[in-house]
Amino acid sequence: MVIAAILLIGVLWSLFTAARAADPLMGAHAAMFLIAMTVGAFALISHLSSGHVVDENAYETGIVKAGVVASVFWGIAGFLVGVVIAAQLAFPSLLYFPELAWTNFGRLRPLHTSAVIFAFGGNVLIATSFYVVQRTSRARLWGGLTPWFVFWGYNLFIVIAATGYLMGITQSKEYAEPEWYADIWLTIVWVAYLLVFLGTLLKRKEPHIYVANWFYLAFIVTIAMLHIVNNLAVPVSLTGSKSYSLFSGVQDALTQWWYGHNAVGFFLTAGFLAIMYYFIPKKAERPVYSYRLSIVHFWSLIFLYIWAGPHHLHYTALPEWAQTLGMTFSIMLWMPSWGGMINGLMTLSGAWDKLRTDPVLRMMVVSVAFYGMSTFEGPLMSIRSVNSLSHYTDWTIGHVHSGALGWVGYISFGALYCLVPWLWKRKALYSRALVEWHFWISTLGILLYITSMWVSGIMQGLMWRAYNEFGFLEFSFVETVEAMHPYYIIRMVGGLLFLIGAFVMAYNLWRTARGDIREKEYARDAALAAAPAE
Amino acid sequence: MYETLSSFAQTWGLILFVIAFVLVLIYALNPRSQAKFDAARRIPLEDGPVDRKDETDDR
Repeated sequence: MVIAAILLIGVLWSLFTAARAADPLMGAHAAMFLIAMTVGAFALISHLSSGHVVDENAYETGIVKAGVVASVFWGIAGFLVGVVIAAQLAFPSLLYFPELAWTNFGRLRPLHTSAVIFAFGGNVLIATSFYVVQRTSRARLWGGLTPWFVFWGYNLFIVIAATGYLMGITQSKEYAEPEWYADIWLTIVWVAYLLVFLGTLLKRKEPHIYVANWFYLAFIVTIAMLHIVNNLAVPVSLTGSKSYSLFSGVQDALTQWWYGHNAVGFFLTAGFLAIMYYFIPKKAERPVYSYRLSIVHFWSLIFLYIWAGPHHLHYTALPEWAQTLGMTFSIMLWMPSWGGMINGLMTLSGAWDKLRTDPVLRMMVVSVAFYGMSTFEGPLMSIRSVNSLSHYTDWTIGHVHSGALGWVGYISFGALYCLVPWLWKRKALYSRALVEWHFWISTLGILLYITSMWVSGIMQGLMWRAYNEFGFLEFSFVETVEAMHPYYIIRMVGGLLFLIGAFVMAYNLWRTARGDIREKEYARDAALAAAPAE
Repeated sequence: MYETLSSFAQTWGLILFVIAFVLVLIYALNPRSQAKFDAARRIPLEDGPVDRKDETDDR
């Protein structure tokens, strides 16, 4: 009923706004909302009239399947845009169309970041959280159709955000570019997500709430808080797309990076740690190394991460004590990060031989290793004197991508490779060999990406601060850009390899879902059975 | 307003957070929780269907 009311209000609001839009961009978005709400209302009516009966003793798997498909789709879309903008940086004149404003780097860049973080990562998190919370609670998802409202509502937000960037709608806050009406819609969807998750936990048959669910819950609650506070804004007109933030100046900057860094901490870390705590034990067939450590890991991460944001604002108008606070907490984060990494890796103790035979498990273990590497690098870069060299350079881009491609990407791919055979009830993946190909192509891509950005970034930082004997700057800005050109090409190639790997995965998953097994897979199984690994 | 909030955060807020974290450590490291944690860490490995009586996994 609540969903019906939301859809009805949505239809009325978008009809009104489409008719009286203050600017054509708002008109376009209101029309898209109107279509989505109408389709949603029809789907709801046809579902209710079909007399579908819910079996409370079965898990809801359809929603997880939908999430897996959406994740693969958005992943490839996001990686593709990433390669395009990397090519634009390497060859500025190659993909430059002055008459097509939407192809400009400035519009494609937020499309890339939002597509990989929120569209790919978000769909992976929603899908895996719905899967994990059901199975570790031994309860069907709470809320009837509400999970479907969350799934479609979230993806509508993605479409609104993405088309908005291309049309030029932005509130200019990094990773929080969508305007006020999209933010309100996401808030509604997110509250529904929280209710579904809590509702499922409340009706659980398992006495203990497994640690993965703690991480998912922390992710959902904190993202709600961050999203609402950072997007507090006053629209210029209720029928217009533009709004102004409630904060200004340094308060705005601090709020933005409190949001931005905790998006890293709670979206890209806590959420994916939940995946680690369920899928690695499951795939290794070993319980997590230390449950005690997982509890200390959880709470110390929660207590420390929220303070780390100001390290994005070294040498700015932000008071120095606040910068130091951000830096200190970032360094303290070494402890929970490495504690968590050790917990993930040591889960394999006694099962290390599986790394040789199971490329999916290897992918997830390499992911945890990247987690350790980028959470070592991050605190280092937050130290003020290191930051004076690294900030605003490509080093930051390299750091972000070792976390994003290595940690978030690989743990997600591992979860997808696990989920597809489980959900579609297949005995095994279509091809283990293709997983090997995916693993090695992508790993090579990541290594090219991060090493080229380290070299390029540190060189760029050193060139910016080089003085000659008269006290003048040694290099002009364009000289630094020229020097970085070869590394931009290497970075583009690295990104391209990562994209190719994702295509290999998509093909493999599609054949798995269809129920195919590559002919040679049986031969290999027989050979393994004949000569068991010692 | 700012002074009130910041003085609270720098005194009672800090003390509260430290106490809360110490409580977490006591809970996590208490030897009496061992049996409970041993059961909890096996949850993913033993997750079957919703209805325990039904032995066939729906996977």
